[in-house]
Amino acid sequence: MIANLDMVVLQQIWWIICSVVGALFLFLTFVQGGQTLLWQVAKGEIERSLVINSLGRKWELTFTTLVLFGGALFAAFPKFYATSFGGAYWVWMLILFSFIIQAVSYEYRTKPANLLGEKVYELFLFINGSVGILLIGVAVGTFFTGSNFTLNSMNQVTWTNSLRGVEGAFSFFNLSLGIFLVLNARVLGSMYLVNNIDFTETPDLEVRLRKACLANFLYSLPFLLYVLVALLVIDGYGFDENGVVSMVSFKYLGNLLAMPAVLGMLLVGIILVVMGVLRTSLASGTNGIWFGGLGTVLVGLAIFFTAGFNNTAFYPSKVDLQSSLSIYNASSSHYTLTVMTYVAFLIPFVLGYVTYAWRQMDSRKIDMKDLADDKAY
Amino acid sequence: MSEIDLATVNWARAQFILTAMYHWIFVPLTLGLSFLCAFFESMYVRTGNEDWKRITKFWMTLFGINFAIGVATGIILEFQFGTNWSNYSWMVGDIFGAPLAIEGLLAFFLEATFFAVMFFGWDRTSKGFHLFATWMVAIGSNLSALWILVANGWMQYPLGMVFNPESARFEMQNFGEVLFAPIAIAKFTHTTSSSFVVGSLFVITISSYYLLRGRHVDMAKKSIIVASVFGLLASLFTAFTGDESAFNNGRFQPMKLAAYEGLFDGAKGAEIVALGVLNSGKRLGDGQEPFAFEVSIPHGLSVLAKREWNAFVPGIKDLVYGNEAEGIMPVAEKMKKGKAAIADLAAIQEAGKAGDEQAKAAALKRFRENQDYLGFGYLDTPEEVVPPVATTYYSFHGMVFLGSFFILLLMLYLYFSYKETLEDKTWLLVLGFFSFFMALTASELGWVVAEVGRQPWAIQDLMPVKVATTNIAAGHVKATFFMFFVLFAVLLLAEIKIMLRQIKIGPEGV
Ligand code: HDD
Ligand code: HEM
Ligand code: HEM
Repeated sequence: MIANLDMVVLQQIWWIICSVVGALFLFLTFVQGGQTLLWQVAKGEIERSLVINSLGRKWELTFTTLVLFGGALFAAFPKFYATSFGGAYWVWMLILFSFIIQAVSYEYRTKPANLLGEKVYELFLFINGSVGILLIGVAVGTFFTGSNFTLNSMNQVTWTNSLRGVEGAFSFFNLSLGIFLVLNARVLGSMYLVNNIDFTETPDLEVRLRKACLANFLYSLPFLLYVLVALLVIDGYGFDENGVVSMVSFKYLGNLLAMPAVLGMLLVGIILVVMGVLRTSLASGTNGIWFGGLGTVLVGLAIFFTAGFNNTAFYPSKVDLQSSLSIYNASSSHYTLTVMTYVAFLIPFVLGYVTYAWRQMDSRKIDMKDLADDKAY
Repeated sequence: MSEIDLATVNWARAQFILTAMYHWIFVPLTLGLSFLCAFFESMYVRTGNEDWKRITKFWMTLFGINFAIGVATGIILEFQFGTNWSNYSWMVGDIFGAPLAIEGLLAFFLEATFFAVMFFGWDRTSKGFHLFATWMVAIGSNLSALWILVANGWMQYPLGMVFNPESARFEMQNFGEVLFAPIAIAKFTHTTSSSFVVGSLFVITISSYYLLRGRHVDMAKKSIIVASVFGLLASLFTAFTGDESAFNNGRFQPMKLAAYEGLFDGAKGAEIVALGVLNSGKRLGDGQEPFAFEVSIPHGLSVLAKREWNAFVPGIKDLVYGNEAEGIMPVAEKMKKGKAAIADLAAIQEAGKAGDEQAKAAALKRFRENQDYLGFGYLDTPEEVVPPVATTYYSFHGMVFLGSFFILLLMLYLYFSYKETLEDKTWLLVLGFFSFFMALTASELGWVVAEVGRQPWAIQDLMPVKVATTNIAAGHVKATFFMFFVLFAVLLLAEIKIMLRQIKIGPEGV
């Protein structure tokens, strides 16, 4: 059945799948957001432990989603994987670094004889939540602003800027997107913690979290507005029916208008995030995270779809337009995409058992009893 | 092909060796200990005895400490294919990316989800669901091994694909062939079973330490019984699958086999060196004796590699310079064909650009004739195809020696446990105390055999390591190498300190 699908259809399916994984990752960065809130909202040993233990039950999920995002891009768009990871070397290396130090921090933070001490592991978590997410934002920003590479006839990448990708952080657009993601992660983080912790004995923590949710949302607004406005007015990288890439004015505005569903996702997504923020900060609801989460997923999808669909080069090169990557010239073969599509039928099953396990685990909120458990972080 | 910067190649190799071998310090323990935890917990659920619960929780604590750093080191490897080996990633991403993605989807999520249940779910879920979660972590970990080993097996003996000269890359044609390749199966079974040995000996080491100290005696004895039964079965299976791996090497990677057996000149009814010291002055084709000292078993190698008493086993010399009688083509000739294939590849692209369909078809036809030798076209001398002989030889013999030793050791542990005199056998407990470190060594040596033994190839016969790298100045790779080195050293130290402290605290404290 799937083997009979057109190449183009398969390529689009796979861009959608990669986008879904990427958007889910953005939602799951509530873990990173919570990590950066730690010192600010949690006062004293007990509150910090509550926050860490609440996040500590989820961090692996975020981490694994990032790994899957990398793996899915490798399998479906290997030219992107080779070009971006090999080219924008330092950006990815620094991101990796920030995730390596995260992975040990939960487990080691309060273990006796842990060499570095509690504060250093908390610093690791902070770096992961700030620098790590900022750089991921910068990397996604280059989907719109372009990078500095050329490909030769064998498709080998040459990066023409010796900063190897870090130069992307000097673009105001990329930087704004990165800062927005960091702040949005904090918004999500506070919503998640409000939802996940039992505050009977730490009422102040709840108040501070609800405040942080609103504050971070307000800080994020200017960056979000800048990114959106810029996106609507900048020239973008389009290609014609022969695959020839050129600069198209108002390209991304054009994409949104040409794909009203994507525009709808963007708007609904933003509204949902706002609703989540209002429920968490102005009312006393605990389910803001579901609004904020779904909203973030929709906004994430809108970003990826705008970058990749409607004859747009999703990984454009500033220095050599014709080297730019699109979902049509960067993908795997028809056969591989077909095999992978069969595998992708298992995604709902995976989502199913993940959800089931979490419902079992989250049926009771995190409280002091959990901190007394011998396995507590 | 752009200029190859050998400094970049070497730093990228150094980085791969460093990160893979670091990762491998933790992985076998995860693979083995996860099953042992599942066994211990099953005992608890069946007997309802709180002792078993304490035992389970104790080993789980150690498991968790190890798991965290296993995850931390794994993510680098996943992305390193892109950052350091981007030519490779493009050339074979169509085949190689799939198992990596499947691994993430099918295995890592299983691990990540149920890991949290296993650790934090004791009071939050039912006994049965908790046990299920523990089993899922064990199965998930070992499934992740499957996919990455399929990927690695494919690099050792690529099949199920075709080279597409238009896109200048290999494209997958048959996923089944990739997945069920004999090499992949041997690799998976040998790697997982040897990791069970590592996990079992970890339990033996710590329990022996407790017995020597006279602490936690009851727990230690219970743990030893479970670990030595599991370990012994796993060791026997490891020897069996190791033999299967060697048989595969005979069929698919004869150069690797010749290198780790120190076989310079091929022979019919070749003997196997059970114990020997290489002659370090020996060079290819100089007529010197390969061994300074040796004890051999007649016909052993022919039986091992070919399953035949008198079969011909090619030596390094035959494989490099050819052997007409046995139908082995000299490398020099393969290089000629490889260079022709590379030239035709360029011609195909030229003709494509010029729109000359006829010339393109002709070049394609010529290319197809020589495509199997593509990788040889990048070599400078025929001797380049010989891997470092001494490293592979000693690594292999060290692994096999240790493997045989573990079988004996575990039998003794079982015997004396059965006789209930284990506590008095101080000498055995001391040996047992060191066994984990030996097992880890054997496991790392195994990878050295497998990976050093296939040099210079990244993909056997198709792509030498030196053309697989990213086009990047060596300084960048060197810088990240040292970043990883320092970070890993610090984290490893932290892990060891935490581990030792938990062992000191013992099961009462958990
Ligand atoms: C035979 C087994 C095996 C082998 C050869 C490798 N790994 Fe591994 N890997 C595991 C077995 C494993 C594991 C047992 O599943 C780990 C180790 C500790 C852990 O937590 O999971 C793991 C963790 C792990 C993780 C973190 C997973 C997570 O999100 O939880 C990644 C991304 C990788 N590995 C990737 C790789 C790559 C790209 C390898 C090849 C170069 C590699 N591993 C070799
Ligand atoms: C975790 C277990 C592994 C260990 C300890 C290991 C060890 C090594 C070593 C020692 C080398 C260097 C050989 C040399 O340059 O002389 C090497 C090379 C390499 N290995 Fe592995 N390996 C492991 C697993 C894998 C897997 C699973 C893959 C692929 C999926 C892989 C892919 C490679 C590649 C691409 C190289 C090329 C770099 C080079 O040859 O130097 N390795 N590995
Ligand atoms: C007892 C006899 C053993 C034999 C005959 C044996 C044989 C082999 C062979 C031939 C290889 C190379 C496979 C290849 O390159 O394709 C190999 C690899 C390996 N061995 Fe062993 N081995 C033995 C014991 C052990 C033990 C005790 C351990 C560890 C506890 C171990 C761990 C490994 C590992 C991790 C690899 C690399 C993965 C692979 O290529 O399968 N082996 N072994």
